[in-house]
Amino acid sequence: MGIEDKIPQGVLLTTVEGIFGWMRQASFWPATFGLACCAIEMMTYGAPRFDAGRWGQEVFRASPRQADLMIISGRVSQKMAPVLRQVYDQMPNPKWVMAMGVCASSGGMFNNYAIVQGADHIVPVDIYVPGCPPRPDMLIDAMFKLRKEIVMKRPIGAHELEEIEAQEKAALEAMATHEMKGLMR
Amino acid sequence: MSPYIPILGIMVLAAGFLGVSVVASLLVGPRRYNRVKYDTYECGIDPTPAAVGGGRFPVKYYITAMMFLVFDVEVAFLYPWAVNFDALGVFGFVSMMIFLVVLGVAYFYEIRRGGLEWD
Repeated sequence: MGIEDKIPQGVLLTTVEGIFGWMRQASFWPATFGLACCAIEMMTYGAPRFDAGRWGQEVFRASPRQADLMIISGRVSQKMAPVLRQVYDQMPNPKWVMAMGVCASSGGMFNNYAIVQGADHIVPVDIYVPGCPPRPDMLIDAMFKLRKEIVMKRPIGAHELEEIEAQEKAALEAMATHEMKGLMR
Repeated sequence: MSPYIPILGIMVLAAGFLGVSVVASLLVGPRRYNRVKYDTYECGIDPTPAAVGGGRFPVKYYITAMMFLVFDVEVAFLYPWAVNFDALGVFGFVSMMIFLVVLGVAYFYEIRRGGLEWD
């Protein structure tokens, strides 16, 4: 029925967005995509010392169907790229992606033919966390920023439909990443 | 009966909560269709094609099933006899032995007819 898409514009929509955003960021379930060394730091992030359970994130869902956030922690190889895309596609909306570490953000120290130079070639990334690997403190900071600046402000209803249209238009006119010059590709 | 009423109440509440949340998300949730999202999940790879005809079992398992049934019922009769062995005396012993001999004839028949050959 999609009643959420039919909420009328105006103050009501903004208030509902605020409420939904608060609820989503308060119980944000990560789907781990632990690929390499950054996964260790992600495990530490969930472990008792840097407790992720304080913010409702101790359940790292194994199945993408139950997850909100995909933390790509580690280098994405050419062989893993279609798997990454498939798991991302199988997550239900709303979903967010965090590229943890330099390998997921830009290929990191592996500037070669085997490693995809940044997970944003494959999935749209919301927040990049630098570091090799980033300390769990840095991951906590990134989570806070993600929750405050992106999750709380996610549009719903008519605003979301407009945003989807705008993104599709922009994607159809954007330059392909392999044609961009001036970067170390 | 009365100590179990709260448990029944909790079960009803849980079922109600389940129903309400499923129905509410069906009605309120937006529809964002994506072919891969509705595909089977298999850790990110394309799912293995399912077996033809639903993965049928070879028919030769039916002998195993039948034999299991017969001997399982026999064991079910043996258990109470074994528990009350002392109280039943010689009469109980002899009658159970006759029962076992009758079933033993069936077992002997099965062995000789090749029911325990697998191929």
